[in-house]
Amino acid sequence: MTMNPAETYGSVLPLLAVLVSLAAVPLILIFGRQRNLREFWTIAASATKFALVLSLLPGALAGRSAETLLFDISPGVSLALKADPFGVFFALIASGLWIFTSFYSIGYVRGLDEHKQTRYFASFAVCLSATIGIAFAANLLTFVLFYEILTIATYPLVIHKETPVAISAGRKYLLYTLSAGLLLIAATAITYHITGRLDFRAGGIFGGLSLSAETVRILFLLFLGGVGVKASIMPLHSWLPTAMAAPTPVSALLHAVAVVKSGVFGVIRVVGFVFGPDVMRRFGLGTILVIFAGVTIVLASLMALKQDNLKRRLAYSTVAHLSYIVLGAGLLSSAALTGGMLHIAFHATMKITLFFCAGAIYVNLHRENISELDGIGRAMPWTMGAFTVAAIGLAGLPPINGFVSKWYLGFAAAQADQPIVLFILVLSGLLNAAYFFPIVHRAFFRPAQNLEGKKEASPAMVVPIVITAALSIVFGLYPDLFFRFYHLAMSVATQIFTGAAP
Amino acid sequence: MLHSAAALSPIVLLGTAILTPLIAFKKRQLAFYTAVLGLLGALGVSVFNLITVLVHGTVHYHFGGWPPPIGIEYVLDPLSAFLTLVINTIALVVLIHSYRVVPRETPGREMAYYAVVMLLLCGFNGIVLTGDFFNLYVFLEISSLALYGLIAVGEKPAPVAAFRYLIMGTVGASFYLLGIGFVFVSTGSLNMADIQAILPQMSQQPTVIVGLSLMVIGMAIKMALFPLHGWLPDAYTYAPSTSAALVAPTGTKIGAYVIIRILFFVFGVSFVSRVLPVTEVLAWLSAAGIVFGSVLAIAQREFKRMLAYSSVAQIGYIGLGIGLANPAGLIGAVLHVLNHGLMKACLFLVSGNFRYRLGHSDIGRFDQSTRRRMPWTSAAFTAAALSMVGIPPTVGFFSKWYLALGTIAGSRWLFLAVILLSSLLNAVYFFRILEKLYMKNPSGEAAPREARSREVPVSMLAPTLILAAALVLLGLLNAFIVKGIVTRVLPAGLL
Repeated sequence: MTMNPAETYGSVLPLLAVLVSLAAVPLILIFGRQRNLREFWTIAASATKFALVLSLLPGALAGRSAETLLFDISPGVSLALKADPFGVFFALIASGLWIFTSFYSIGYVRGLDEHKQTRYFASFAVCLSATIGIAFAANLLTFVLFYEILTIATYPLVIHKETPVAISAGRKYLLYTLSAGLLLIAATAITYHITGRLDFRAGGIFGGLSLSAETVRILFLLFLGGVGVKASIMPLHSWLPTAMAAPTPVSALLHAVAVVKSGVFGVIRVVGFVFGPDVMRRFGLGTILVIFAGVTIVLASLMALKQDNLKRRLAYSTVAHLSYIVLGAGLLSSAALTGGMLHIAFHATMKITLFFCAGAIYVNLHRENISELDGIGRAMPWTMGAFTVAAIGLAGLPPINGFVSKWYLGFAAAQADQPIVLFILVLSGLLNAAYFFPIVHRAFFRPAQNLEGKKEASPAMVVPIVITAALSIVFGLYPDLFFRFYHLAMSVATQIFTGAAP
Repeated sequence: MLHSAAALSPIVLLGTAILTPLIAFKKRQLAFYTAVLGLLGALGVSVFNLITVLVHGTVHYHFGGWPPPIGIEYVLDPLSAFLTLVINTIALVVLIHSYRVVPRETPGREMAYYAVVMLLLCGFNGIVLTGDFFNLYVFLEISSLALYGLIAVGEKPAPVAAFRYLIMGTVGASFYLLGIGFVFVSTGSLNMADIQAILPQMSQQPTVIVGLSLMVIGMAIKMALFPLHGWLPDAYTYAPSTSAALVAPTGTKIGAYVIIRILFFVFGVSFVSRVLPVTEVLAWLSAAGIVFGSVLAIAQREFKRMLAYSSVAQIGYIGLGIGLANPAGLIGAVLHVLNHGLMKACLFLVSGNFRYRLGHSDIGRFDQSTRRRMPWTSAAFTAAALSMVGIPPTVGFFSKWYLALGTIAGSRWLFLAVILLSSLLNAVYFFRILEKLYMKNPSGEAAPREARSREVPVSMLAPTLILAAALVLLGLLNAFIVKGIVTRVLPAGLL
């Protein structure tokens, strides 16, 4: 498969896609007291954002990337946004799922009569601007900029409840993410010192330089620390379960999609666009990634088994699944990277469904623990049905989309002659089944307790749940439908591994 | 015309200082307007000067037509033009903010207060613009004497703090004067350019080395470089809000400026890094100061005092940038003079606003009711706090970025670690306050919930918000400043 040499053309669309939700922030604040009008701006911003990102898709598929070149933010390094296939891939997922999360959020915060809703919606909008900025960042410094903004914008959402638990979770979150930001800044500065450039380039920017093994390995570890916290690679993961103190829609979009996927997105950017496969192989950096990822997958899955709190179990499951993607990057093959990238999209639809379910259960029944879920499948059949679909998918079984990404990863592991990796993937599937299926069993096959007269949550919550679950099935059957996720992932992998970049 | 403009801003300010008591003798309110007008004039000159320098290059002005080394020379180069503009701009913003603060904090003394402020700024402008070491000393004394006065009129312990500063400051100035004496004995000149030309022929002489050491130590006291910072916390804490807001962003930077002048423009990089390792000592002390100041800032319970210790740390950034003695480091240091000036001015104005409305700035007593009363001040504080932590796109991030590049260029990994670690320490003491302002519930009945916000008057709020906005705007546009001005500041011979 050959790619046309990628070309770029000037366009303001990437910038607009970033700014549209930022522009909504003042409107959300101004109309803070008129709830419906305030929520209108959130919905309008999310729809516009998605439309803008979608309009960049055909170009990205044709190998033509829209680029907004602003001004220099450091001599020789500009603030630049480029909608390359990988960026569009991630932006599509984040902005698309924001629409569902917005509707769901309205149902959630009104159902619980939450305080400070204006701050909540405003912070959400900033987070999405930062996420799209991360997706479209054309160079490392622009990436760092949005990465740090995302860190700060997420903080008000983590501490939203303002309970002592939430405040201490916020502190832990800041400690981890700010430290990671510092490592990333150091790594970026060192890269600039070595190469004199910071642009992301498929195949890496270190090619043709004489590098000492020591420097490269330390630099790689700095990068890994920088993006690894948000990607929650063990032992940098422990902020994520703690951050479950946040309201559930936040966990759903940020702690399953936007924030954590920004981390793994960063991992792939670093592997494929900064170091490049050649340097990765030459210095054994892929192996480092694979070891970290493998350990994380197994340990996080085991820890998920022990959690009784539903959201914490989902959080550990997320930790494990993020490392599927890291694994895909570390195996350094086209098939593995395709699988990893697809898992960015597919894990997102599945895990957001699960978090949505957890939130619906909480709003409706005020239950948070798995041991209290006996029989709720009969009270909330749609919710728990969606839960079942996503659980099957995460265990890697067809016909849900989780099977597709996992299949590619397994195929790549076999191709690379890595039986241990293959074993880990199989083991992880079993562990997924072990920590998800008992929940399904409880919900549908145990007698209900104190559920008389309880029904589904409000439609604002149930409809998004059903849609995201349905999407998981649709993408399981037709991975390339609508958004050409498969095609995009393939073209990114090809670019990286054949160096078909400008 | 072009040439005489080099010396104009100190003269305008000196003239205003003399005119203020005359004009405001009958009507005290006029003192404010006179001072603002005078400063506007000086600011206009600074803008004109910067443009002149950037277009025509360095301008030399010989006072009274006497050529150097006999006469006093004023040198308008990119560094001095940039710095006077920074000082005068920040001072103007703070001065506008003072419109209501000074009558409240020092009632009945507005006339004297503004006259002394003009003297202070005259001294600062003179120090930066002069090309003569002794003339510099004269301006140093003018500004120091003004400063003692501006601090002493503060709270009850202020006279003691001012006295302590007076002792330390005098010691510093004496060190500097002694240093000039040594240099004069060996070179026979007081003119900077002249000395620079003579020095290569006699660089190893003990008198020159002693002279350099004394001058740098003297200025390190003025700059409040760790461990010579002892005077600073009390002075900033007990000074009136306006004095603190004027001095914190600009005063210590003057010391840093003189050190840059002495090290890189007169003695030269190779001398101060190889013959006598001044830069190395400076870098280590600064690094220690960054850690020390940050840790002590965490321990403070009073907002202004916390800011004072934070200043000790931030001066360390500038000192470290100078001490690295490479282009990226010096760019970071010079840019941080501007950046820290803006951040600290904003923070001290915020503390002034809190005191104006609440009557205190005790961190322990901040809570949500504070923020509900003063939402805009709190927002400005949030912006400044994020900048101090170094979150992009604020100016604080870019200071960190250039300084990090400087440490990497010199392979100074420990210093890199210090710079990065200090952001975390900053995060500790600033988020502690953010948590209180945005989340802590008012305790008991003592703080009634007020439905309406009771912000400070516009004359105070506007300057605060302008500075907060500048933190983001100048952060985004930092490359223009760096490329347009700061890189042209770099002395020849710096790699």
